[in-house]
Amino acid sequence: MPWSNQGGGKKGSGGGNGGGPWGQGGGQGGGQGGNQPPDLDEILRRGQDRMKRVMRGGGGSGGGGGGFEGGVPKPFMFLIGMLMLAGVAFYGFFFRVNPDEQGIVLRFGKFDRWEPAGLHFRWPYPFEEVRLPKVTQQRTIEVGAGGSGRGGTGGPDSGLMLTGDGSVVDVRFVVFWRISPDTDAKTGETGVEQYLFNIAQPETTVKEVAESAMREVVGQSALQPLLTGGRQKAQEDVQRLMQQILDFYRAGIKIDQVQLREVDPPAPVIASFRDVAAAGQDKERFIKEAQTYADQITPRAKGEADRIVAGAEGYRDQTVAEATGQASRYLKVYEEYKKAPDVTRERLFLEMQERVLSGTDKIILDQKNGSSQGVVPFLPLDQLQKRKTEGGQP
Amino acid sequence: MRAFLAFILSLLGLGLLALYASAFIVHQNEQALVLRFGNPQQVITTPGLKWKVPFIDTVDYFDKRILDLDTTEQEVSAADQQRLIVDAYARYRITDPLKFYQNIRSEERVRSVVGPLIESEIRRVLGSSTLQEIVKDKREMLMKQIAVQVNKEGRDYGLEVVDVRIKRADLPQENLVKVFDRMKADRVREATELRAQGEAENNRIRANADREVTIIKAEATRKSDTIRGEGEGNRARIFSEAFGRDEEFFRFYRSMQAYETSLKAGDTRMLLSPDSAFFRYFQDPLGGAPARPPQPPR
Repeated sequence: MPWSNQGGGKKGSGGGNGGGPWGQGGGQGGGQGGNQPPDLDEILRRGQDRMKRVMRGGGGSGGGGGGFEGGVPKPFMFLIGMLMLAGVAFYGFFFRVNPDEQGIVLRFGKFDRWEPAGLHFRWPYPFEEVRLPKVTQQRTIEVGAGGSGRGGTGGPDSGLMLTGDGSVVDVRFVVFWRISPDTDAKTGETGVEQYLFNIAQPETTVKEVAESAMREVVGQSALQPLLTGGRQKAQEDVQRLMQQILDFYRAGIKIDQVQLREVDPPAPVIASFRDVAAAGQDKERFIKEAQTYADQITPRAKGEADRIVAGAEGYRDQTVAEATGQASRYLKVYEEYKKAPDVTRERLFLEMQERVLSGTDKIILDQKNGSSQGVVPFLPLDQLQKRKTEGGQP
Repeated sequence: MRAFLAFILSLLGLGLLALYASAFIVHQNEQALVLRFGNPQQVITTPGLKWKVPFIDTVDYFDKRILDLDTTEQEVSAADQQRLIVDAYARYRITDPLKFYQNIRSEERVRSVVGPLIESEIRRVLGSSTLQEIVKDKREMLMKQIAVQVNKEGRDYGLEVVDVRIKRADLPQENLVKVFDRMKADRVREATELRAQGEAENNRIRANADREVTIIKAEATRKSDTIRGEGEGNRARIFSEAFGRDEEFFRFYRSMQAYETSLKAGDTRMLLSPDSAFFRYFQDPLGGAPARPPQPPR
């Protein structure tokens, strides 16, 4: 209302009075300040007073003017109104594009132009509209998370899937996607255009395509590879298949990555799968044990073998050495014997007798008496033996 | 003057209103159907500022984008009597707004009109395939088949069915339990086999090691015997070389040695006759008695 008053006043006084109110404000404002309409608050009024005081210095000479009543607040209302208008206009005519966004201007709903990051001009609605899709943002969708897979029953968002060999596997995976930065080679549309104008509910689409693609890939595979080494391949296959489907929809969506979070056997059978793993370890353990045994006994046997051979070698060398020694001793004696056979022979004989008889018990019987025939059978050999042992053990 | 101004102003206002009523905007992602008292006048598929007769014509807007249609989960019986829970989705586009308006009228009703079509088509196509084909071998082909058929039917409704895909084709709960049992049995067998393999391998390695040890020992014995034989052979050669020069002396010398070593001190008792060669000079300084060997030891 204040500015409509102002507009009226302006109209009434004519275009030439544009500068008038300022001058008037200077001359007459002082007395009227207290009679302000009640719709202005205290702060505003105080601000005005201050302004008036400033104005008074400059505007003292221009005292004579029309429109006394309400003339003082009008300029300020006008100012505020202009500012507000400017603000509205600014928001109506300009828009900001953030670095992660791309600005798309539609004129009467029709695609008109691109705007990069920064401040840009547009005509206000209904002439132009702006769309600001976040083109660099990576989005994620998790599939199978709501799965009652843990309980082993299939639910609407279950991760349970049939594999190609008739088993069931519990899969949880995440899809990373973004608005495609590429341009469709066939139609020449950019990814953003397709994303905005060609597909409704992109999130749902990605999710449904992901589920469908994952089940298709899992259905092609057997259970075991999925649980072990085939995960990488499954991820790549799903990504490729999803991209293919989305490109077919011309959805302007790029699948960055498909990541398998969990690939597990269903909960009711997980224990038996663990047992298989344990069995695998048992197998390894059995083999290790046997290898340890082998590693233990084989070197020991080798050592034993070396010992036997070394013993034999020792025996051989000893035997040869002994034989050589004895032979050379004999030969030495023989040399001497050849020089004087009779004497040597006699000497050797006597020496032998001497050595033998000196260490033995001797009983000498004279057989010439003819009594020897009688004596020998009654020789008390036992007693002789006893005496000898007693003497031997003092 | 004032009245004239007011008249001009109201005329201007009316004009603006008429302008507002006769212009409409079709967005990039939309198409529109202009109706005159419910009678279709014009189909607009290009975006931009469009015109109509104010207050008489009305405009219905339809999405031009690819739209989502999620069917309800249903149980399907495959050709091999296997039961499957199938959940599919379709992607469609409104290609003929007039037909669409006449048959379905609004997007909200698509689900209830086209959904059953898709569901029955799924039942028909999957019902003539086996579980194996649905899950593994022909999934892609079957989905195409469904999509083609649904697309054909959808044309009557002004729709283009871009794609129909099976989201889920899973077993119902009771069959799932059976599958779990089979999986369990498989795993138990696998575990048993693994352990048996481990034991077999264990035995094999041990047996091999034992065999190797036996071989090593036998080889060592063989070597040892050869070496010992070598030693003994050498000994025999050395002796025969040495002793062969004079056999008679050898016999004598060796006998002397043998007597000496065998009649060791301490454990031998000798019964001697004074007639023996040793005592030849014992009683007779001339040694007249003939030499006689000593008595053999007892």
